[in-house]
Amino acid sequence: MELHSAFLEAFFKWNLIERYFPAIMKGVGVTVEIAAAVVLTGICAGLALAVIRAFRARPINVVIVLFADALRALPPLVLVLLVYFGLPNLGINLPSFAVLWIVLSLVLAAFCEEIFWAGILSVPKGQWEAARSTGLTFLGTLSYVVLPQAVRLTVPPITNRTIAITKNTALGTVIGVGEILNQATTAQSFSGNATPLMMGAIAYVILFIPVVALGRFLETRFRWRRA
Amino acid sequence: MEALRQQFFNLAIMERALPLLLMGLRQTAILCLLLVPLGLSGGLLSALLSRSRARAMRWLALVAIDFFRAVPPLVLLIFIYSGLPFAGLRPSPLTAVAVAFFLNTSSYYGEIYRAGIESIPAGQWDAARSTGLSSAQAMIYVVMPQAVRNVLPDLVSNTVEVVKLTSIASVVALPELLYSADMARSVTFNSSPLVLAAAIYLLLLWPVVRLVSRLERRIAA
Amino acid sequence: MRLNEVVSAAPPILEIRGLRKSFHHVEVLRGIDLTVALQELVFIIGPSGSGKSTLLRCCNRLEEPTGGSIRIDGVDIMARATDINAMRRRIGMVFQSFNLYPHMTALGNVTLALAKVLRRPRKEAERVALAALDRVGLSEKARAYPAELSGGQQQRVAIARALALEPKLMLFDEPTSALDPELVGSVLNVMRELKRGGMTMLVVSHEMRFARDAADRVIFLDHGAIVEEGPPDQIFSQPEKTRTRAFIAELAR
Repeated sequence: MELHSAFLEAFFKWNLIERYFPAIMKGVGVTVEIAAAVVLTGICAGLALAVIRAFRARPINVVIVLFADALRALPPLVLVLLVYFGLPNLGINLPSFAVLWIVLSLVLAAFCEEIFWAGILSVPKGQWEAARSTGLTFLGTLSYVVLPQAVRLTVPPITNRTIAITKNTALGTVIGVGEILNQATTAQSFSGNATPLMMGAIAYVILFIPVVALGRFLETRFRWRRA
Repeated sequence: MEALRQQFFNLAIMERALPLLLMGLRQTAILCLLLVPLGLSGGLLSALLSRSRARAMRWLALVAIDFFRAVPPLVLLIFIYSGLPFAGLRPSPLTAVAVAFFLNTSSYYGEIYRAGIESIPAGQWDAARSTGLSSAQAMIYVVMPQAVRNVLPDLVSNTVEVVKLTSIASVVALPELLYSADMARSVTFNSSPLVLAAAIYLLLLWPVVRLVSRLERRIAA
Repeated sequence: MRLNEVVSAAPPILEIRGLRKSFHHVEVLRGIDLTVALQELVFIIGPSGSGKSTLLRCCNRLEEPTGGSIRIDGVDIMARATDINAMRRRIGMVFQSFNLYPHMTALGNVTLALAKVLRRPRKEAERVALAALDRVGLSEKARAYPAELSGGQQQRVAIARALALEPKLMLFDEPTSALDPELVGSVLNVMRELKRGGMTMLVVSHEMRFARDAADRVIFLDHGAIVEEGPPDQIFSQPEKTRTRAFIAELAR
């Protein structure tokens, strides 16, 4: 059919697939690297902030809450552009991927802090009392009794939020990070054909559908786990 | 310190950029008024389809939902805006944004609705059906009201996400808030317009973010 | 077994003088004076809202007293220099809602403090824990999770958890109030055993029969003050104060 082959020609031209496959794979590498780095630093920083908040030092907590609120209210792209264009004017020159990593980590940390904090608050007070009454220190109680229970509650929202934030690696295109979308659109302009774009889209799908499925699995597994 | 103020908090430049930013804000508002109802309706449809009795329909819906949750909205947008022309369709920036974001937000709203519906105990259905209400009536009068109340924080939180999502439309030159701010930045070589835009976003969304936290805490209690 | 002679010779384990506690301008404890001697079982009764739980919880500073002094084994627990965590090891507490750690087995619940607070090596901690579980009759349930145990078993594990640290004093905050009637007996039996073994105990509870059998002294608390105290015979059969009489009559119903 005329339409059928025109569609294939526009989106699935074989020689272009061959030619740009390495570039797309390079993009996949960059995306995965940045996403993994963001997940690691974001979740750890968020957990650390929630633990600090548990010490209930008022001035520090105000700063943490302000930080978390601001980073959850601002669109990530605004932050990326602010940091990318602003820092050089202050004399700090960071490569694009570093800017992307820092911004996305901070945003993920902000969301994770709120989620972990809600988790800590939802552990019954009796657990704190029982542990403290056996002489366990504040930090000991937090580490061995409260956090294990809190974290179990937070798995679904943390996985959801992490997946959402890692997809924002695509924003790196705007500041020249060599991730998938960037590779795809560059190749598309060079070749005058939408095949690289289709390849990029498929790369994202292949990359993220397992992640989304894992997220769904974790959600169901941790959903009705009542103590 | 002075350099910081000059680069990020230049009030003179902010004042000049403000009219442009306000026009961008108007466009952002239009986008939201378009996307939120579309997303909420699309989400309802997707939630219902994903719970359909017909196995094929259910499977198809779940695949579509996972697909649109897996693809970053920016990628979907670029694909529709830059890719479709090769297939003969030339969507305007607004159309491309509307379609891409509709598909994306419907999937997210849909999952929220679905979680809400599934959190209602089967006993509610039983009670409703046993008094003669049809499936649809049970859904409309008994289940959905309770489901929505349960997932209200998530719905509001996702709406915040939609507002933030509009900033991505700047990539296809739709003149919303971020686009206008970035335009002003490139003309003045100064980041203050971006800071002003950030301040506007904060002004709009901060209260809502606080509200969501409070709603979440109330539900958890 | 009454230990009057032994009791009066040894220094008191718990000495409370003029204890006051307010919550937001509401005075819950109005100057409590109380002494508990070695190996005594002191029972506290009173209407709800009388401050019984608060009194107990002040003893290990789960509530911070607003005034007065509390000395455990001669040490002022309110003093800034006192290490409250070390103090709490000497005092065991058993809660109405058990408060077992749901993510650990019974053995895990008991060994946690031994391992992390007393820093005993794992083998030794487990040995001590199993011995404690054995004392409450649950050594075969060591590997069970709280969710798999009945209420009475959970409470007994909670007792073992406090016991394992070899406390000088044990505080019981309505230990059987959350239990189904048929499970209450198993917990009270353990408490009787503890008493027989010479543990000093301060108990807030409604279990009158138990008080009659096992208590050395009963204290009637009302509106934050001690109305009357004395041996069980006196309080239950021939109370001196009218308020006490009224309360006992209510209970007997």
